[in-house]
Amino acid sequence: MYQMLNEGLIELKVNGEFRKALVRPADTLLFALRERLGLTGAKPGCENGDCGACTVLVDGWPIKSCLMLAAEAVGHEIQTVEGLNAAPIQTAFVDNFAFQCGYCTPGFIMNCQGLINIHPDASDEVMQEWLQSNICRCTSYQEITAAIKSVLVTDKS
Amino acid sequence: MIPFDFEYYRPASIASAIDTFQQLDAAGKQPLYYGGGTEIISMGRMNNLKTGPVIDLKDLADCKVMEFQQDQLVIGSSVTLTQIHEANLFPLLAQAGARIADHTIQNKITLGGNLCGTIIYKEAVLPLLLSDSLVSIAGPGGERTIPINSIFKERMQLDKGEFVVQIKTDKKYLSYPYVHVKQTKQDKINYPLVTICAMSIGGGIRAAFSGVCDFPFRSTAMESELNNHALTLEERIDKAIVLTPGPIPTNLEGSAEYRKFIMKGLLNSIINRLEGSNVSNA
Repeated sequence: MYQMLNEGLIELKVNGEFRKALVRPADTLLFALRERLGLTGAKPGCENGDCGACTVLVDGWPIKSCLMLAAEAVGHEIQTVEGLNAAPIQTAFVDNFAFQCGYCTPGFIMNCQGLINIHPDASDEVMQEWLQSNICRCTSYQEITAAIKSVLVTDKS
Repeated sequence: MIPFDFEYYRPASIASAIDTFQQLDAAGKQPLYYGGGTEIISMGRMNNLKTGPVIDLKDLADCKVMEFQQDQLVIGSSVTLTQIHEANLFPLLAQAGARIADHTIQNKITLGGNLCGTIIYKEAVLPLLLSDSLVSIAGPGGERTIPINSIFKERMQLDKGEFVVQIKTDKKYLSYPYVHVKQTKQDKINYPLVTICAMSIGGGIRAAFSGVCDFPFRSTAMESELNNHALTLEERIDKAIVLTPGPIPTNLEGSAEYRKFIMKGLLNSIINRLEGSNVSNA
Protein backbone atom coordinates (compact mmCIF):
# COMPACT_ATOMS: atom_id res chain seq x y z
CA MET A 1 0.00 0.00 0.00
CA TYR A 2 1.22 3.46 -0.90
CA GLN A 3 0.81 5.89 1.94
CA MET A 4 1.85 9.40 2.84
CA LEU A 5 1.28 10.48 6.40
CA ASN A 6 3.09 13.81 6.69
CA GLU A 7 4.91 16.37 4.60
CA GLY A 8 7.66 14.55 2.77
CA LEU A 9 9.38 13.86 -0.51
CA ILE A 10 7.44 12.20 -3.27
CA GLU A 11 8.72 11.18 -6.67
CA LEU A 12 6.76 12.37 -9.69
CA LYS A 13 7.45 11.45 -13.30
CA VAL A 14 7.07 14.75 -15.12
CA ASN A 15 7.86 15.26 -18.81
CA GLY A 16 9.72 11.95 -18.86
CA GLU A 17 11.95 12.71 -15.86
CA PHE A 18 11.66 11.54 -12.26
CA ARG A 19 11.59 14.58 -9.97
CA LYS A 20 11.41 14.75 -6.18
CA ALA A 21 9.01 17.21 -4.57
CA LEU A 22 8.48 18.13 -0.94
CA VAL A 23 4.71 18.24 -0.39
CA ARG A 24 1.98 17.71 2.18
CA PRO A 25 -0.48 14.89 1.50
CA ALA A 26 -3.12 17.62 1.12
CA ASP A 27 -1.17 19.54 -1.54
CA THR A 28 -2.48 19.55 -5.07
CA LEU A 29 -0.52 18.51 -8.13
CA LEU A 30 -0.77 22.13 -9.31
CA PHE A 31 1.04 23.28 -6.16
CA ALA A 32 3.74 20.62 -6.52
CA LEU A 33 4.39 21.47 -10.17
CA ARG A 34 4.58 25.21 -9.69
CA GLU A 35 5.96 25.72 -6.19
CA ARG A 36 8.19 22.69 -5.80
CA LEU A 37 9.31 21.82 -9.33
CA GLY A 38 9.32 25.31 -10.84
CA LEU A 39 7.06 24.28 -13.70
CA THR A 40 4.90 27.37 -13.89
CA GLY A 41 3.23 26.58 -17.19
CA ALA A 42 0.14 25.21 -15.43
CA LYS A 43 -1.64 28.31 -14.18
CA PRO A 44 -3.65 28.78 -11.01
CA GLY A 45 -6.96 30.34 -11.99
CA CYS A 46 -10.10 29.46 -10.10
CA GLU A 47 -8.42 26.51 -8.32
CA ASN A 48 -11.91 25.05 -8.25
CA GLY A 49 -11.97 22.98 -11.45
CA ASP A 50 -13.89 25.56 -13.42
CA CYS A 51 -11.42 27.42 -15.63
CA GLY A 52 -9.02 24.77 -16.96
CA ALA A 53 -5.94 27.04 -16.78
CA CYS A 54 -4.10 24.38 -14.74
CA THR A 55 -4.73 21.51 -17.18
CA VAL A 56 -1.91 18.97 -17.59
CA LEU A 57 -1.87 15.47 -19.05
CA VAL A 58 -1.84 12.49 -16.70
CA ASP A 59 -1.29 9.21 -18.51
CA GLY A 60 -2.23 11.10 -21.67
CA TRP A 61 -5.57 12.44 -20.42
CA PRO A 62 -6.25 16.09 -19.58
CA ILE A 63 -6.60 16.61 -15.85
CA LYS A 64 -7.17 19.81 -13.92
CA SER A 65 -4.13 19.76 -11.67
CA CYS A 66 -5.96 21.82 -9.03
CA LEU A 67 -8.29 18.85 -8.54
CA MET A 68 -5.63 16.17 -8.13
CA LEU A 69 -3.51 15.58 -5.06
CA ALA A 70 0.21 15.42 -5.74
CA ALA A 71 0.22 12.10 -3.86
CA GLU A 72 -2.37 10.73 -6.28
CA ALA A 73 -0.04 11.44 -9.18
CA VAL A 74 2.72 9.18 -7.85
CA GLY A 75 3.16 6.31 -10.30
CA HIS A 76 1.59 8.18 -13.20
CA GLU A 77 3.06 9.95 -16.24
CA ILE A 78 2.58 13.70 -16.05
CA GLN A 79 3.09 16.02 -18.98
CA THR A 80 3.04 19.80 -18.68
CA VAL A 81 3.25 22.45 -21.36
CA GLU A 82 7.01 22.65 -20.72
CA GLY A 83 7.29 19.07 -21.97
CA LEU A 84 5.69 19.64 -25.34
CA ASN A 85 8.81 21.01 -27.06
CA ALA A 86 7.26 23.00 -29.88
CA ALA A 87 4.53 20.51 -30.67
CA PRO A 88 2.34 21.23 -33.72
CA ILE A 89 -0.48 22.51 -31.52
CA GLN A 90 1.82 25.18 -30.06
CA THR A 91 2.80 26.37 -33.54
CA ALA A 92 -0.86 26.30 -34.53
CA PHE A 93 -1.75 28.60 -31.64
CA VAL A 94 0.88 31.09 -32.83
CA ASP A 95 -0.13 30.82 -36.48
CA ASN A 96 -3.79 31.35 -35.65
CA PHE A 97 -3.29 34.13 -33.06
CA ALA A 98 -5.16 31.87 -30.64
CA PHE A 99 -4.55 33.97 -27.54
CA GLN A 100 -4.57 37.51 -26.28
CA CYS A 101 -3.38 37.77 -22.67
CA GLY A 102 -2.14 34.17 -22.81
CA TYR A 103 -3.02 33.15 -19.26
CA CYS A 104 -5.37 30.35 -20.32
CA THR A 105 -3.14 29.23 -23.19
CA PRO A 106 -1.11 26.43 -21.52
CA GLY A 107 -4.29 24.84 -20.20
CA PHE A 108 -5.98 25.05 -23.57
CA ILE A 109 -2.90 23.67 -25.32
CA MET A 110 -2.66 20.69 -22.96
CA ASN A 111 -6.36 19.90 -23.40
CA CYS A 112 -5.91 20.16 -27.19
CA GLN A 113 -2.83 17.93 -27.01
CA GLY A 114 -4.83 15.33 -25.09
CA LEU A 115 -7.51 15.41 -27.76
CA ILE A 116 -4.93 15.09 -30.53
CA ASN A 117 -3.38 12.09 -28.76
CA ILE A 118 -6.62 10.29 -28.01
CA HIS A 119 -8.93 11.33 -30.86
CA PRO A 120 -6.75 12.61 -33.70
CA ASP A 121 -9.76 12.44 -36.00
CA ALA A 122 -12.15 14.14 -33.57
CA SER A 123 -15.41 15.47 -34.96
CA ASP A 124 -16.40 19.10 -34.38
CA GLU A 125 -18.86 17.87 -31.74
CA VAL A 126 -16.17 15.96 -29.82
CA MET A 127 -13.75 18.86 -30.12
CA GLN A 128 -16.35 21.27 -28.73
CA GLU A 129 -17.18 18.88 -25.88
CA TRP A 130 -13.53 18.69 -24.83
CA LEU A 131 -12.73 22.38 -25.20
CA GLN A 132 -15.73 23.47 -23.15
CA SER A 133 -13.63 22.48 -20.13
CA ASN A 134 -11.49 25.61 -20.54
CA ILE A 135 -12.34 29.28 -20.29
CA CYS A 136 -10.68 32.15 -22.20
CA ARG A 137 -11.81 35.48 -20.78
CA CYS A 138 -10.28 37.26 -23.78
CA THR A 139 -12.75 35.16 -25.82
CA SER A 140 -10.27 33.85 -28.36
CA TYR A 141 -12.51 30.87 -28.97
CA GLN A 142 -12.72 31.20 -32.76
CA GLU A 143 -8.95 31.34 -33.09
CA ILE A 144 -8.44 28.46 -30.65
CA THR A 145 -10.94 26.39 -32.64
CA ALA A 146 -9.07 27.22 -35.85
CA ALA A 147 -5.77 26.21 -34.23
CA ILE A 148 -6.93 22.81 -33.03
CA LYS A 149 -8.77 22.09 -36.26
CA SER A 150 -5.63 22.80 -38.26
CA VAL A 151 -3.72 20.17 -36.28
CA LEU A 152 -6.51 17.62 -36.37
CA VAL A 153 -6.72 18.09 -40.14
CA THR A 154 -2.94 17.71 -40.40
CA ASP A 155 -3.11 14.47 -38.44
CA LYS A 156 -5.88 13.14 -40.70
CA SER A 157 -3.70 13.63 -43.77
CA MET B 1 -4.44 25.23 -1.21
CA ILE B 2 -6.29 22.94 1.16
CA PRO B 3 -5.96 24.68 4.56
CA PHE B 4 -5.73 21.56 6.69
CA ASP B 5 -3.69 18.38 6.72
CA PHE B 6 -4.75 14.78 6.26
CA GLU B 7 -3.05 11.46 5.68
CA TYR B 8 -3.24 9.73 2.29
CA TYR B 9 -3.51 5.94 1.86
CA ARG B 10 -3.80 4.01 -1.40
CA PRO B 11 -4.37 0.32 -0.59
CA ALA B 12 -3.96 -2.43 -3.17
CA SER B 13 -6.72 -4.76 -1.99
CA ILE B 14 -10.26 -4.54 -0.69
CA ALA B 15 -9.23 -6.24 2.55
CA SER B 16 -6.43 -3.73 3.06
CA ALA B 17 -8.79 -0.80 2.39
CA ILE B 18 -11.28 -2.03 4.98
CA ASP B 19 -8.56 -2.85 7.47
CA THR B 20 -7.03 0.60 7.02
CA PHE B 21 -10.41 2.23 7.55
CA GLN B 22 -11.05 0.26 10.72
CA GLN B 23 -7.62 1.01 12.20
CA LEU B 24 -7.88 4.73 11.47
CA ASP B 25 -11.44 4.84 12.76
CA ALA B 26 -10.43 3.04 15.96
CA ALA B 27 -7.74 5.67 16.41
CA GLY B 28 -10.44 8.35 16.24
CA LYS B 29 -9.16 9.80 12.97
CA GLN B 30 -12.46 9.85 11.01
CA PRO B 31 -11.23 8.41 7.69
CA LEU B 32 -12.98 8.91 4.38
CA TYR B 33 -12.91 6.77 1.25
CA TYR B 34 -11.60 8.68 -1.76
CA GLY B 35 -12.64 8.14 -5.37
CA GLY B 36 -11.93 10.83 -7.96
CA GLY B 37 -11.50 13.31 -5.13
CA THR B 38 -12.83 16.34 -7.03
CA GLU B 39 -15.49 17.08 -4.43
CA ILE B 40 -13.18 16.53 -1.45
CA ILE B 41 -10.47 18.80 -2.90
CA SER B 42 -12.76 21.61 -4.04
CA MET B 43 -14.88 21.61 -0.88
CA GLY B 44 -11.80 21.19 1.31
CA ARG B 45 -10.15 24.21 -0.27
CA MET B 46 -13.23 26.29 0.53
CA ASN B 47 -13.37 24.93 4.09
CA ASN B 48 -16.79 23.45 3.35
CA LEU B 49 -15.49 20.01 4.22
CA LYS B 50 -12.84 18.82 6.62
CA THR B 51 -11.67 15.27 6.44
CA GLY B 52 -9.45 12.96 8.38
CA PRO B 53 -7.28 10.48 6.47
CA VAL B 54 -8.36 9.66 2.92
CA ILE B 55 -8.27 6.10 1.58
CA ASP B 56 -7.92 6.22 -2.19
CA LEU B 57 -9.72 3.27 -3.83
CA LYS B 58 -8.30 3.72 -7.33
CA ASP B 59 -5.73 0.91 -7.06
CA LEU B 60 -8.30 -1.78 -6.22
CA ALA B 61 -8.54 -4.17 -9.18
CA ASP B 62 -12.23 -4.98 -8.62
CA CYS B 63 -13.07 -1.27 -8.63
CA LYS B 64 -11.44 -0.77 -12.04
CA VAL B 65 -13.27 -3.38 -14.13
CA MET B 66 -15.71 -2.56 -16.90
CA GLU B 67 -16.76 -5.73 -18.66
CA PHE B 68 -19.58 -8.15 -19.30
CA GLN B 69 -19.77 -11.09 -16.93
CA GLN B 70 -22.41 -13.54 -18.14
CA ASP B 71 -25.58 -11.46 -18.57
CA GLN B 72 -24.40 -8.49 -16.55
CA LEU B 73 -22.41 -5.39 -17.31
CA VAL B 74 -20.05 -4.88 -14.37
CA ILE B 75 -18.62 -1.41 -13.79
CA GLY B 76 -16.17 -0.79 -10.97
CA SER B 77 -16.67 2.20 -8.69
CA SER B 78 -13.31 3.70 -9.68
CA VAL B 79 -14.15 3.76 -13.38
CA THR B 80 -14.32 7.37 -14.52
CA LEU B 81 -17.24 9.00 -16.28
CA THR B 82 -15.03 9.46 -19.34
CA GLN B 83 -14.15 5.76 -19.43
CA ILE B 84 -17.87 4.93 -19.28
CA HIS B 85 -18.59 7.41 -22.06
CA GLU B 86 -15.75 6.23 -24.28
CA ALA B 87 -16.66 2.54 -23.89
CA ASN B 88 -20.39 3.32 -24.39
CA LEU B 89 -21.45 -0.11 -23.15
CA PHE B 90 -24.37 1.48 -21.27
CA PRO B 91 -25.46 4.33 -23.55
CA LEU B 92 -27.88 6.00 -21.11
CA LEU B 93 -25.28 6.01 -18.34
CA ALA B 94 -22.64 7.23 -20.80
CA GLN B 95 -24.88 10.09 -21.84
CA ALA B 96 -25.85 11.06 -18.29
CA GLY B 97 -22.20 11.01 -17.17
CA ALA B 98 -21.15 13.14 -20.12
CA ARG B 99 -23.31 15.99 -18.80
CA ILE B 100 -21.84 15.99 -15.27
CA ALA B 101 -19.37 18.86 -14.76
CA ASP B 102 -17.13 19.24 -17.84
CA HIS B 103 -15.17 16.81 -19.98
CA THR B 104 -11.82 17.25 -18.25
CA ILE B 105 -13.37 16.78 -14.82
CA GLN B 106 -15.15 13.69 -16.14
CA ASN B 107 -11.65 12.27 -16.60
CA LYS B 108 -11.37 12.38 -12.79
CA ILE B 109 -14.89 11.83 -11.42
CA THR B 110 -15.54 8.18 -10.71
CA LEU B 111 -18.87 6.39 -10.82
CA GLY B 112 -18.60 5.52 -7.13
CA GLY B 113 -17.63 9.07 -6.23
CA ASN B 114 -20.64 10.51 -8.02
CA LEU B 115 -22.99 8.08 -6.29
CA CYS B 116 -21.56 8.54 -2.81
CA GLY B 117 -20.53 12.21 -2.72
CA THR B 118 -22.31 15.01 -0.92
CA ILE B 119 -23.34 17.07 -3.94
CA ILE B 120 -27.07 16.50 -4.19
CA TYR B 121 -27.48 15.91 -7.92
CA LYS B 122 -25.67 12.55 -8.43
CA GLU B 123 -26.95 12.29 -11.99
CA ALA B 124 -25.13 9.00 -12.64
CA VAL B 125 -27.55 7.22 -10.33
CA LEU B 126 -30.57 7.91 -12.56
CA PRO B 127 -29.83 5.27 -15.24
CA LEU B 128 -28.98 2.75 -12.51
CA LEU B 129 -32.31 3.31 -10.74
CA LEU B 130 -34.18 2.78 -14.02
CA SER B 131 -32.23 -0.41 -14.76
CA ASP B 132 -32.68 -2.09 -11.38
CA SER B 133 -28.89 -2.28 -11.13
CA LEU B 134 -27.22 -4.16 -8.29
CA VAL B 135 -24.58 -2.64 -6.03
CA SER B 136 -21.69 -4.71 -4.69
CA ILE B 137 -20.52 -3.30 -1.40
CA ALA B 138 -17.53 -4.21 0.76
CA GLY B 139 -17.12 -3.37 4.42
CA PRO B 140 -16.15 -4.66 7.84
CA GLY B 141 -19.12 -7.04 7.76
CA GLY B 142 -18.01 -8.64 4.49
CA GLU B 143 -19.28 -8.20 0.97
CA ARG B 144 -22.91 -7.91 -0.09
CA THR B 145 -24.83 -7.24 -3.27
CA ILE B 146 -28.08 -5.34 -3.04
CA PRO B 147 -30.53 -3.69 -5.50
CA ILE B 148 -29.76 -0.01 -5.93
CA ASN B 149 -33.44 0.73 -5.52
CA SER B 150 -33.17 -0.69 -1.98
CA ILE B 151 -29.99 1.06 -0.90
CA PHE B 152 -30.32 4.40 -2.63
CA LYS B 153 -32.88 6.36 -0.63
CA GLU B 154 -32.07 10.01 -1.24
CA ARG B 155 -28.42 8.94 -0.93
CA MET B 156 -26.44 5.69 -0.69
CA GLN B 157 -27.31 4.18 2.68
CA LEU B 158 -23.92 2.64 3.43
CA ASP B 159 -22.90 1.42 6.85
CA LYS B 160 -19.77 2.77 8.51
CA GLY B 161 -16.63 1.52 6.79
CA GLU B 162 -18.44 0.31 3.67
CA PHE B 163 -17.71 1.36 0.11
CA VAL B 164 -19.15 0.58 -3.31
CA VAL B 165 -17.03 -1.90 -5.26
CA GLN B 166 -19.07 -2.48 -8.41
CA ILE B 167 -22.37 -1.76 -10.14
CA LYS B 168 -23.94 -4.67 -12.00
CA THR B 169 -26.62 -4.16 -14.63
CA ASP B 170 -28.56 -6.81 -16.50
CA LYS B 171 -27.73 -6.67 -20.20
CA LYS B 172 -31.36 -6.39 -21.22
CA TYR B 173 -31.56 -2.84 -19.84
CA LEU B 174 -28.79 -1.64 -22.12
CA SER B 175 -30.93 -1.82 -25.24
CA TYR B 176 -34.30 -0.43 -24.17
CA PRO B 177 -35.32 2.90 -25.75
CA TYR B 178 -34.30 5.79 -23.52
CA VAL B 179 -34.18 9.55 -23.30
CA HIS B 180 -31.81 11.72 -21.28
CA VAL B 181 -32.46 15.43 -20.95
CA LYS B 182 -30.72 17.98 -18.77
CA GLN B 183 -32.01 21.52 -18.53
CA THR B 184 -29.75 24.09 -16.90
CA LYS B 185 -30.38 27.74 -16.13
CA GLN B 186 -28.02 29.02 -18.79
CA ASP B 187 -24.71 27.37 -19.64
CA LYS B 188 -24.42 23.79 -20.81
CA ILE B 189 -22.00 23.05 -17.97
CA ASN B 190 -23.88 23.65 -14.76
CA TYR B 191 -25.92 21.92 -12.10
CA PRO B 192 -29.34 20.92 -13.39
CA LEU B 193 -32.57 22.77 -13.06
CA VAL B 194 -34.08 19.47 -14.06
CA THR B 195 -32.46 16.29 -15.35
CA ILE B 196 -34.66 13.41 -16.41
CA CYS B 197 -33.65 9.94 -17.54
CA ALA B 198 -36.48 7.83 -18.92
CA MET B 199 -36.65 4.34 -20.32
CA SER B 200 -39.42 2.52 -22.18
CA ILE B 201 -39.84 -1.08 -21.08
CA GLY B 202 -42.64 -3.23 -22.46
CA GLY B 203 -44.88 -0.28 -23.21
CA GLY B 204 -44.36 1.35 -19.82
CA ILE B 205 -42.17 4.33 -19.02
CA ARG B 206 -39.75 4.55 -16.13
CA ALA B 207 -38.44 7.96 -15.13
CA ALA B 208 -35.81 9.20 -12.69
CA PHE B 209 -35.11 12.81 -11.78
CA SER B 210 -32.36 15.08 -10.48
CA GLY B 211 -32.62 18.77 -9.58
CA VAL B 212 -36.34 18.46 -8.83
CA CYS B 213 -35.79 17.75 -5.12
CA ASP B 214 -32.79 17.96 -2.83
CA PHE B 215 -31.99 14.40 -3.88
CA PRO B 216 -32.22 12.32 -7.06
CA PHE B 217 -35.04 9.82 -7.19
CA ARG B 218 -37.12 7.35 -9.14
CA SER B 219 -40.75 7.16 -8.01
CA THR B 220 -42.93 4.19 -8.95
CA ALA B 221 -45.98 6.20 -7.82
CA MET B 222 -45.13 8.90 -10.36
CA GLU B 223 -44.51 6.25 -13.00
CA SER B 224 -47.98 4.78 -12.37
CA GLU B 225 -49.53 8.14 -13.16
CA LEU B 226 -47.29 8.70 -16.18
CA ASN B 227 -48.41 5.32 -17.53
CA ASN B 228 -52.13 5.83 -16.86
CA HIS B 229 -53.42 5.82 -20.41
CA ALA B 230 -57.01 6.43 -19.29
CA LEU B 231 -56.01 10.09 -18.88
CA THR B 232 -54.80 12.73 -21.29
CA LEU B 233 -51.07 13.28 -21.48
CA GLU B 234 -51.40 16.60 -19.65
CA GLU B 235 -53.40 14.98 -16.84
CA ARG B 236 -50.87 12.16 -16.54
CA ILE B 237 -48.04 14.64 -16.13
CA ASP B 238 -49.95 16.87 -13.71
CA LYS B 239 -50.88 13.94 -11.50
CA ALA B 240 -47.31 12.64 -11.57
CA ILE B 241 -45.77 15.97 -10.58
CA VAL B 242 -48.06 16.22 -7.55
CA LEU B 243 -46.40 13.02 -6.30
CA THR B 244 -42.86 14.45 -6.36
CA PRO B 245 -41.34 12.90 -3.22
CA GLY B 246 -40.05 16.10 -1.64
CA PRO B 247 -40.28 19.88 -1.81
CA ILE B 248 -39.22 21.35 -5.14
CA PRO B 249 -36.45 23.82 -4.29
CA THR B 250 -36.28 27.51 -5.04
CA ASN B 251 -32.70 28.75 -5.38
CA LEU B 252 -30.45 30.84 -7.60
CA GLU B 253 -30.84 28.35 -10.44
CA GLY B 254 -34.61 28.73 -10.54
CA SER B 255 -37.83 28.90 -8.57
CA ALA B 256 -39.95 25.89 -7.69
CA GLU B 257 -42.65 27.08 -10.10
CA TYR B 258 -40.12 27.42 -12.92
CA ARG B 259 -38.74 23.96 -12.22
CA LYS B 260 -42.29 22.55 -12.38
CA PHE B 261 -42.85 24.36 -15.67
CA ILE B 262 -39.63 22.90 -17.10
CA MET B 263 -40.45 19.45 -15.75
CA LYS B 264 -43.86 19.48 -17.43
CA GLY B 265 -42.44 20.48 -20.77
CA LEU B 266 -39.65 17.91 -20.62
CA LEU B 267 -41.98 15.10 -19.57
CA ASN B 268 -44.33 15.96 -22.41
CA SER B 269 -41.49 15.80 -24.90
CA ILE B 270 -40.02 12.60 -23.41
CA ILE B 271 -43.32 10.73 -23.35
CA ASN B 272 -44.06 11.74 -26.92
CA ARG B 273 -40.66 10.48 -27.99
CA LEU B 274 -40.90 7.19 -26.12
CA GLU B 275 -44.53 6.44 -26.92
CA GLY B 276 -44.38 7.69 -30.48
CA SER B 277 -47.67 7.65 -32.27
CA ASN B 278 -49.38 5.72 -29.46
CA VAL B 279 -49.43 8.74 -27.19
CA SER B 280 -52.75 10.41 -26.50
CA ASN B 281 -52.67 14.17 -26.58
CA ALA B 282 -56.39 14.57 -26.29
